[in-house]
Amino acid sequence: MADEVVVLSAWPSMIGMRVKIALAEKGVKYEYKEEDLANKSPLLLKMNPVHKKIPVLIHNGKPVCESLIIVQYIDEVWKEKNPLLPSDPYERAQARFWADYVDKKIYDAGRKVWSTKGEEQEVAKKEFIDCLKVLEGALGDKPYFGGEKFGFVDVSLIPFYSWFYAYETSGNFSIEAECPKFVAWANRCMERESVSKSLPDPHRVYDFVSRQKKKLGIE
Amino acid sequence: MATTDDVKLIGAWPSPFVMRARIALNIKSVDYEFLQEQLGTKSDLLLKSNPVHKKIPVLIHGHKPVCESLVIVQYVDDVWASDQPILPSDPYDRAIARFWAAYIDDKWFPSLSGMARGPTEEAKKAAYEQVVEGLALLEDAFGKCSKGKPFFGGDRIGYLDIALGSFLGWIRVTEKMGNLKLLDEAKTPHLVKWAENFCADASVKDVMPETDKLAEFAKMLMAKAKSAPPN
Repeated sequence: MADEVVVLSAWPSMIGMRVKIALAEKGVKYEYKEEDLANKSPLLLKMNPVHKKIPVLIHNGKPVCESLIIVQYIDEVWKEKNPLLPSDPYERAQARFWADYVDKKIYDAGRKVWSTKGEEQEVAKKEFIDCLKVLEGALGDKPYFGGEKFGFVDVSLIPFYSWFYAYETSGNFSIEAECPKFVAWANRCMERESVSKSLPDPHRVYDFVSRQKKKLGIE
Repeated sequence: MATTDDVKLIGAWPSPFVMRARIALNIKSVDYEFLQEQLGTKSDLLLKSNPVHKKIPVLIHGHKPVCESLVIVQYVDDVWASDQPILPSDPYDRAIARFWAAYIDDKWFPSLSGMARGPTEEAKKAAYEQVVEGLALLEDAFGKCSKGKPFFGGDRIGYLDIALGSFLGWIRVTEKMGNLKLLDEAKTPHLVKWAENFCADASVKDVMPETDKLAEFAKMLMAKAKSAPPN
């Protein structure tokens, strides 16, 4: 019996990109439905009544919500190909810890970089770089956060790379200059088709951010 | 599988997050040394074991630290896998359990805190309404997850029972100090029964603080907060 897999997301969402990467890693075919977040579909509201947010994975009619929960679900259902979580319990705990860190820190830190100006923006830039440096520390000399293989933490973090051009242009700084190791890791991830096909063009993201700034009255 | 390895837990008796780790270890019958932090200070061991967040609980297993309460619970479930599973075995049920645990941590608990710590009376009232709304959602989730059994996890305590049940002490303190009801026989009858079963469970009863003792602690915290800047 063929699986029916539907993804509700919005193309700029780094959180939604995680789901696309995970499904691509597993070679799972799915139907993608683009949501207009200013005008949420009845399907989204029905499938995620608690948070009304994307992404949502709908597997044979049953919804799974929250991106990292979705990625773990995908890893557990389609477990033969490209396991994303390590098999060792301690390594799994480390992977969950760092994915949680990404969730707690990177989205908000990045948002502050593009949505503020002046002194506030300088503070935001420093905070953002500090977070990336913590992640560089966790990465160490490994090719990926999980070690030799692309895995859970890499999936949770790499989507933010598509927003780097927008952050850098908004903040007039170079992330690569401050965190070369991080950017080297990101470029390594981008060599994987599952990643390069799931991330939008950074210039398209920048245009999107410019429109958001106009809407919020930030110039 | 290192069952004879040294297991330590850095924590404090009033913390619901620490309680989660203790319940998980109790379910698996794992002996551990409980290292209690003193209120207002952070030990060198804590700072060294959790340099990123500097928070309790931290599980130290054979000298290797694991941080974040739900990460610890899943780690304990993975290491001592042979009996008494904490997470459900079906991937969809696991996703639902994780969803509600994340909801409790990201949305519901901040509202519960907001009832005491809100900046204005209005903010506190809004927080109270969110807490009640959340408990209604959890009452409904209980019906779907438990499938007629006593716990979210079925016949035995599972991941979501631990995630929510760890807050029962603080729920009771909030009810007592605010002279109000959060768990209500009329609105959340299943959760009321579940709470009794949870607190009576062998893995919980020795680690769930008595309401009076926790209330005294809460009053002491509030007095401290008024007299000194937060640290």
